[in-house]
Amino acid sequence: MEPATLIGSLTLFALAIFLGFELITKVPPTLHTPLMSGANAISGISIVGAILGANVLYDSGHTEISGVIAFFALILATINVVGGFAVTNRMLQMIAGRRKRGGD
Amino acid sequence: MDSQWYQIGYLLSASFFIFGLKMLGHPRTAPRGNQLGALGMLTAVVTVLLETDLVNNPLLIVAGIAIGALIGAWLAVRVEMTGMPELVALFNGFGGAASALVALAEAYAAIESENIPEGLELHVAWVAIGLSALVGWMTLTGSLVAYAKLKGGFMIFGKWRKTPTWGPSWLNPIKALSLGAAFVLIFMTIQTPSDLELVWLLIALSCVIGVILVLPIGGADMPVVVSLLNSLSGIAAAFTGFIISNSVLIIAGSLVGASGLILTFIMCKAMNRRLFDVLLKSFGGTEKESVTRTKVGSDPDEVAMILDGAQKVIIVPGYGMAVSQCQHQVKEFADLLEEKYGTEVKYAIHPVAGRMPGHMNVLLAEASVPYEKLIEMDEINPELPEADAAIVIGANDTCNPVARSGEGPLAGMPIIDVDNARSVVIIKRSLSVGYAGVDNDLFYMDKTMMLFGDGKKMMTALNTAIKES
Repeated sequence: MEPATLIGSLTLFALAIFLGFELITKVPPTLHTPLMSGANAISGISIVGAILGANVLYDSGHTEISGVIAFFALILATINVVGGFAVTNRMLQMIAGRRKRGGD
Repeated sequence: MDSQWYQIGYLLSASFFIFGLKMLGHPRTAPRGNQLGALGMLTAVVTVLLETDLVNNPLLIVAGIAIGALIGAWLAVRVEMTGMPELVALFNGFGGAASALVALAEAYAAIESENIPEGLELHVAWVAIGLSALVGWMTLTGSLVAYAKLKGGFMIFGKWRKTPTWGPSWLNPIKALSLGAAFVLIFMTIQTPSDLELVWLLIALSCVIGVILVLPIGGADMPVVVSLLNSLSGIAAAFTGFIISNSVLIIAGSLVGASGLILTFIMCKAMNRRLFDVLLKSFGGTEKESVTRTKVGSDPDEVAMILDGAQKVIIVPGYGMAVSQCQHQVKEFADLLEEKYGTEVKYAIHPVAGRMPGHMNVLLAEASVPYEKLIEMDEINPELPEADAAIVIGANDTCNPVARSGEGPLAGMPIIDVDNARSVVIIKRSLSVGYAGVDNDLFYMDKTMMLFGDGKKMMTALNTAIKES
């Protein structure tokens, strides 16, 4: 890793943290749980790392254990991603349904 | 294809996440926000599949995605509305574990291929692997404990055990010590990067930290804990991004980490708790007070009589309504009153009623209760003195007057001032204490009528009694 890469990563990290702090303001209580659940699904982004890791298995014969570990990571991350977005969608649909029926 | 093009794909994905998160915070745009988040994830996955050249090795990766997608979708479709908070906790644990496993896989890959980095790269990679392991495994075990706490217990060999809440004050220095030890271990792994035993020791320690962190926290504070763990799982993903120098992991991970922390503070504020107190002072259910006072139960006919001709009735739902799934009976009850006596019926929603913020809103939405009838605590409290009756359905701590006294675990929590209503009807299975483990004076007031029983049964009986009266 070049120092430049590290600096780049650190820059992204710091800026994204600041952005994250600013992104969420005044959320109505109804949305607390869906927001948490949706953000949680996004944190399943390690699915990308898991795919990269599982790929190593084929690139060289020496890294079988790491490939297997990454494979399990891939399953867990996919559960997090697919389940997370689906469950958030279900919650939001109920709220949306209520608005449609409840609105005059 | 040039590697720069993949970076554009990740940038696109990160942008979707940013707008998705932003839109999730507003009621009107929230469903679109969630879809944008999912689109961002799809973009990231397609990009990485192109980058790794799927043609080379489709089977394992496709199999992994298929298995995960099936399990995830099955869990999400099957879950009852009451079980949703637990499921979010469980998914969150999986996310944290996935990040930590990717980090572990990278460590193994480097050691197995005898390609251990040196100098700066070694420091960055091994610090990131260590931090990712610490945060990721802690999130997994912490989330699992939170899951069990939200469920109220867990099965061992077919036997139902209640989740214990155990947190003597000497546990706090132990938490600090274990955390310190974890950092020392990370430092040691840098000294001997080929020694995987140290990494496994770190994993074990992180698992223990997750458990001892969440175990002393009472059930009432679980939403805050799950939100905090959600933030941590984002941070774990960001650290993993450092290891593989992947921009979208860093951006998405830190976005979730930061916004999750803000959400945690917002939730703390809604409960009038400080994060510090939640984490370090055990609260709720430590020693359940034994109930010595008694109250004679009422019956549905008597309650129907009180409600005869009522002008204003306020319904206060709680976790009991969720458990007995009686939201449809509650809606029917409100409709009956409106039809028969022209009563004005409103719902008082405490920010943390149920096991999660918004829990009641979602359930009542399912029963098509009009949105404008759900009134938040601050707005409904001034209306309570005008109410002929307050109907409390399976709520306890959120309307316990002891919270005003400034003593005990509920001290300072804002409550719905049910005791200001002219008469109070409480539907509850017994006089037992609520989640916070505090007895409720409200039950013993003269104007209070207790309907002892399951929410659904009692509401049905009450509806019949009103029809017949």
